[in-house]
Amino acid sequence: MLHTFVALVEDKPGVLTRVASLFRRLNINIVSLTVGESERPETSRMTIVCEAPDHAAHRIKASLYKLEITIDVDEMGRSEAVIRELCLIKIAAGPSHPNGQQSRSQIFELANVFRARVVDLAPESIMLEMTGSSSKIEGLIQVVTESGYTILEVSRTGRMAMRRGMHTSRVLKALGTPGADTTPTNAFVRPPNPEPLGDDILPNQFDDVHEEEE
Amino acid sequence: MNINSSNNQHPQLTGAEILWATLAGEGVTTVFGYPGGAILPIYDALRKFPTVHHILTRHEQGASHMADGYARASGRVGVCMATSGPGATNLVTGLATAMLDSIPMIAITGQVSSKVLGSDAFQEVDITGITLPVTKHNYLVTRAEDIAPTVRKAFQVAQQGRPGPVLIDITKDAQQATAAFSFEDAAPAPHRDHPMLRAESTSIQQAIELILNAKRPVILAGHGIAQSGAEAEVLAFAERRQVPVASTLLGLGSFPVHHPLALGMMGMHGESWVNHAIQQSDLLLAFGMRFDDRVTGNLAHYAPNAKKIHIEIDPSEISKNVRADVALIGDLKTILSTLLPLIPASNDASWISEVNAMKGDAAVRDIINLPDNGHLYAAHVIHDIWREAVAAGRERETIIVTDVGQHQMWEAQYFKHDAPRSLVTSGGLGTMGFALPAAIGAKVACPTKDVWVIAGDGGFQMTASELSTIMQESLPINIAVINNGFLGMVRQWQEAFYDKNYSASPILSPNFVMLAGAHGIEGSHVSERKNVTPTVTKARTGGKPFLINFQVEKEDGVYPMIAPGAALHEMVRRPQHDPLLETAEDE
Repeated sequence: MLHTFVALVEDKPGVLTRVASLFRRLNINIVSLTVGESERPETSRMTIVCEAPDHAAHRIKASLYKLEITIDVDEMGRSEAVIRELCLIKIAAGPSHPNGQQSRSQIFELANVFRARVVDLAPESIMLEMTGSSSKIEGLIQVVTESGYTILEVSRTGRMAMRRGMHTSRVLKALGTPGADTTPTNAFVRPPNPEPLGDDILPNQFDDVHEEEE
Repeated sequence: MNINSSNNQHPQLTGAEILWATLAGEGVTTVFGYPGGAILPIYDALRKFPTVHHILTRHEQGASHMADGYARASGRVGVCMATSGPGATNLVTGLATAMLDSIPMIAITGQVSSKVLGSDAFQEVDITGITLPVTKHNYLVTRAEDIAPTVRKAFQVAQQGRPGPVLIDITKDAQQATAAFSFEDAAPAPHRDHPMLRAESTSIQQAIELILNAKRPVILAGHGIAQSGAEAEVLAFAERRQVPVASTLLGLGSFPVHHPLALGMMGMHGESWVNHAIQQSDLLLAFGMRFDDRVTGNLAHYAPNAKKIHIEIDPSEISKNVRADVALIGDLKTILSTLLPLIPASNDASWISEVNAMKGDAAVRDIINLPDNGHLYAAHVIHDIWREAVAAGRERETIIVTDVGQHQMWEAQYFKHDAPRSLVTSGGLGTMGFALPAAIGAKVACPTKDVWVIAGDGGFQMTASELSTIMQESLPINIAVINNGFLGMVRQWQEAFYDKNYSASPILSPNFVMLAGAHGIEGSHVSERKNVTPTVTKARTGGKPFLINFQVEKEDGVYPMIAPGAALHEMVRRPQHDPLLETAEDE
């Protein structure tokens, strides 16, 4: 099955290699991986989608936590989340198309239905930008193809995911407010821990450190 | 050199000086290493730090195993050092060995100047890339001011949680540049527990319930006991509930071997009653062990009626090989200390007497009393080394460092380890050539202990050049070469599974006693049983390094043995015609 992990990691050279190397060691294929800056300084957020057996999720998550560069990991499998992908699609359309000038307006119509935006118009091509779930993107691609248009290029970001509503990670809570004046001068010194991770100190069950809140 | 500064003015030091000052500050007194171009500034600064003793090895692999042996014998962090390029790549086997057995170790490598990084400069290699999967973490340092915080963080990473090796790659320009140094200011933030170490009293409750309901419990004692220092808690737990204790290879020594609840080693070459007890158990208490394939046999048939309580510091080990019914994640000592007061004592001795009955007369087979048939068996040699230590009252003051192969298994079977950290062996990676250098590290860490190398004729030759290191450092290490003219374990597998096709397993060796002599090390050949103990005594009491070449039976085998793919109770016993025939009923 597909597993989706969202990891908060340090923004340093080699971090992507460490994450990718972990999946290679576990012999798990990464379906998609997106990285970008997060709300915290010197920290990136990654969304990793991979194909692995159902029971592998715990081990992958625990292994991600083992990386020194990992600050927090969330697995999307068990919670309500918004999952989006950004896609750019270049389609051959214009006066030389068999449908002639009409080809453009037909593409515009299709784009409208799928809430895609035209971001480039060239003499013989149109570029669409679209965000949505993977199935919606695949739906547009399918309809465009079946309507007799040639797709010249597709570029997809892969999935990004975020839990719905307020939720707390005990890890992030312990780290304090994002963006506050806590940027350490020494790269290794993290802000002091304002509260312990658990109420009791008994180390225990394989548990999610993320909790839903009302 | 004086690194203290009472005023606020931190001294300006070179990166090389900062490295040594930080290592010294972390309590490092010994570094095993080998110099070269990209690490010369560090070696140049060494003379300013007289509290640190540098031991020159003969190969960087030796340096890595020495740091490893130092850490295993003492529990402190071992430190090794090498130059860039080939020096660094030679550390890889040692790092992987430490990684698989969770050994706290720091490896420091020189690197070409940061300005030419990535240009294929002379002796440049991407060592942080190469060692990514065989280190717990690694660092590339390109600025002098980053050295102290990186080294201090590395010591924390190496020791906290599940320990492991950490590599620090320092560019030559970072070694040469200067920066303000303050040991205190470079301290890392306090270690944060793994976020998945979550307390839930329900799991403790579930564990207690399973423990109280179990009729046939077995403790699986692993390396985590020594790592956590939980020997007393495990003993208390076993005694309170009358639970027999089976040990993994790396768990040997963590439970007193003479205790009535001690079973011995489990697994592929474990004793029959140990594996039977596990297979018939209704509750396995896995204490700091990871259900390696060498201890479980065929997973589909592993302890089919047993519930499993897994106490483990690394959450990624839970249900990796064997599904845990209750997982208690965290430090073993802490968890057992929590559990102990909650568990009432039991004096039900029925299960332990049943297990003892399984021992039958196999438990009392006395190889010493076998008539001397003129052959010398490795098992005799190892048992006699142990008996000699016991007779001299040095049993708990002896560290055995083994290589990998048949002798390693015979050692585990016939040397009865009673003290923690008294066995140093490469369990996870199975690194041949480990013993000699690791023994050097162990002897340096524990100079008052008797340190024995037990190695086969194959593995000994892999790192025999470290005899020069023993000579140069005048280390009184005793070396027992178990010489059977074969790569013994390979030969045994070829005998059992490859139709006795001894492909590339016969090995010719030099005269080991003369080889030792060339290094100024005294030695002796032993090929008769009666000469074993006197020669062992001579070696042990001489106060100098001593090598004994034991010329043993060529085609001996390690038994019992579980064939790959077989269940844990389906063991192959020693063939009937063998003079070391086990007296237990055959299975």
